[in-house]
Amino acid sequence: MRARDPKIRNKDFKEVSLGLTEKQAVKEASRCLQCKKPKCVEGCPVEIDIPGFISALRDSDFSGALHVIRKYNMLPAICGRVCPQENQCQGRCILGRKKTPISIGALERFSADYAVKKGNTEKTPKKKPNGHKVAVIGSGPAGLTVAADLARLGYDITIFEALHKPGGVLVYGIPEFRLPKKIIAREIEYVKSLGVKIKLNWVVGRTQTVDELFEEGFKAVFIGVGAGSPRYMSIPGENLNNVYFAAEFLTRVNLMKAEQFPKYDTPVKKAKKVAVIGGGNVAMDAARTALRLGAKKVYIVYRRTENEMPTRLEELEHAKEEGIICKFLSNPKEIIGDDKGYVKAMICDEMKLCEPDESGRRRPECSGKEFTLDVDQVIMAVGQASNPILVKSIKGLKLWGGGYIKIDEDGSSNIPGIFAGGDIATGAATVISAMGAGKRAARAIHTYISSLKKVRKR
Amino acid sequence: MYKIIKKETVAPQVVAIEVDAPYIARHHQAGNFVVLRINERGERIPLTIADSDAKKGTITLLFQKIGKTTEALGKLNAGKAIRDIAGPLGHATPIKKYGHCVLVGGGIGAATLFPILKALKTEKNKVTTILGAREQKLIVWEDRFKEYSDEVLVTTDDGSSGRKGLVTEALKEIIESSKVKIVIAVGPIRMMQAVSELTRPYGVKTIVSLNPVMVEGTGMCGACRVNIAGKTKFACVEGPEFDAHEVDFEELVNRLGFYREEEAEAMKAFKKKKCKGHCKK
Repeated sequence: MRARDPKIRNKDFKEVSLGLTEKQAVKEASRCLQCKKPKCVEGCPVEIDIPGFISALRDSDFSGALHVIRKYNMLPAICGRVCPQENQCQGRCILGRKKTPISIGALERFSADYAVKKGNTEKTPKKKPNGHKVAVIGSGPAGLTVAADLARLGYDITIFEALHKPGGVLVYGIPEFRLPKKIIAREIEYVKSLGVKIKLNWVVGRTQTVDELFEEGFKAVFIGVGAGSPRYMSIPGENLNNVYFAAEFLTRVNLMKAEQFPKYDTPVKKAKKVAVIGGGNVAMDAARTALRLGAKKVYIVYRRTENEMPTRLEELEHAKEEGIICKFLSNPKEIIGDDKGYVKAMICDEMKLCEPDESGRRRPECSGKEFTLDVDQVIMAVGQASNPILVKSIKGLKLWGGGYIKIDEDGSSNIPGIFAGGDIATGAATVISAMGAGKRAARAIHTYISSLKKVRKR
Repeated sequence: MYKIIKKETVAPQVVAIEVDAPYIARHHQAGNFVVLRINERGERIPLTIADSDAKKGTITLLFQKIGKTTEALGKLNAGKAIRDIAGPLGHATPIKKYGHCVLVGGGIGAATLFPILKALKTEKNKVTTILGAREQKLIVWEDRFKEYSDEVLVTTDDGSSGRKGLVTEALKEIIESSKVKIVIAVGPIRMMQAVSELTRPYGVKTIVSLNPVMVEGTGMCGACRVNIAGKTKFACVEGPEFDAHEVDFEELVNRLGFYREEEAEAMKAFKKKKCKGHCKK
């Protein structure tokens, strides 16, 4: 996919990838073999009819393509940008065995963006209201999917969002240069056009309890609050000034627009030499954000090698092009502060890879050597844990792994009427897997409420 | 939008506003706080809930005008609205029948203590309140504390009201003359630290309410992390109240100073530039 010049784009927050032109999209779509048993669909967590929409694109029926996608996926402009396609649809493409697989992500994105560019208004399929209220807690990818799917079946949906803006991790976590806010806003408008209501500043568990929601007449509650609590390494120096958790650093910039301080009230510290710890998408996002805030040198410090990195391939490539320096096989062990309590350096152990661990990735081990990185800011992107506020407020809710909700395959918890999906049920994962969970939960909620009706009729 | 019902200046630079927030009012417990954002460009700041009226559906917030956000908030009169308020957040104060309790409030720290006082009295505790400030006019809500406390002592640095001196001196005398079961202190960090050091040798349980920098306030970002007994805790979900004897006050002071330059810059820009209307949206 076309991208902006790395030397220019690393100084601003405008979108990096440019997407395909009409001509490119049709040409790319024409390469598709239209397999009888498409492997790509198997690789998609929401089972989009990929050959179906690609076939529409091939015939230059661009709005038709979007129509096909929308049947399965409520947020195509977002998924086209943030899905790890190389491990999903594209990774399974038959063409990829011999040469380049179809750029399915780019085509999905094109289909969604094209409709907007041309000002095509999509017809929103409306169903007769069935009068049943369902509460959705959290307005991230899982919550938006459940809400949209159920609204299309005629349910009366209210989403409760703790922050002042809907979108969850899409808004506070993923930077503008990777997923422009106006695209999220557009997708949320679409969900609202289905009749979904969104209540902001609503911290369920505190502002209102789940029991109270049931008392208010909600027949079912879906919990999609994400794994919103940053993990940290517990190494000396972690609470020095200029040590950020990636969640805070990114929230300041993405949600609060700190890069525009003092026009916006929230500040963020701009540093010269920054070390970002971690190898996932969040680490890439934090590193590239630090660069855009004016850092001269930005390191990604990761304890394994490039092969084990969980990040999306495109993000790592973009980060490198923009000048991010990767320090592989490096494990931070102490952050050193100056006499005023500010970061001045970080000491890391040099690692070597040994046998694979439970995750299947080769386990890093200390080589006995260490080195010091001269930095004035450290950003930790070492994963997310479960946020306790809501789950602990629900009596009797079964949890696993210290705070994640235990659910069946369809998303139902041990309490009738309470469903969950996304990171709060699985631990930190991807946008698309949260959406897949949302889809399954929507189906289960529909079945559950339908069964309630039957019981009453008898 | 959350409408301001009433506004009152309770001391120089100190304002109390009563705000329409029925769900927060209904769930408010002593020790809780809210996070608010005045307008579209505003930052999110935490403020303790100083009082609430579940029937009326309102909460009262008391704040000192010390930064851009609180200055701007202080300019909003009754009838105007605050764009976002989320809460009630944070753990509730552990309330039970203790016996003799002492509340120590420095300046506007009293705002945090008022709901705690009411809750302690519901459990029939004996409560002595010590209110301290630089001078008499900076003592807030003395009348309200007198209404509920068994005894109220006022200390001022200059002796303009009550006894001349620090809250710790008054507290020391009470601890030595009475069997104090718990001390809850809220105010400037150095005051809370001094109270903590005073009560430590006596082995009196002491709780302080910490005020680190927060961003979102629901445990999602970790901005508010504090060091409690050598462990990192998030003040917004695991606090804001902690055992005073376990708090690393020096680290807290250091972290609170992190954005001092930016705070000054924002304030300067705010004073210089007249708002073109966005703050009223």
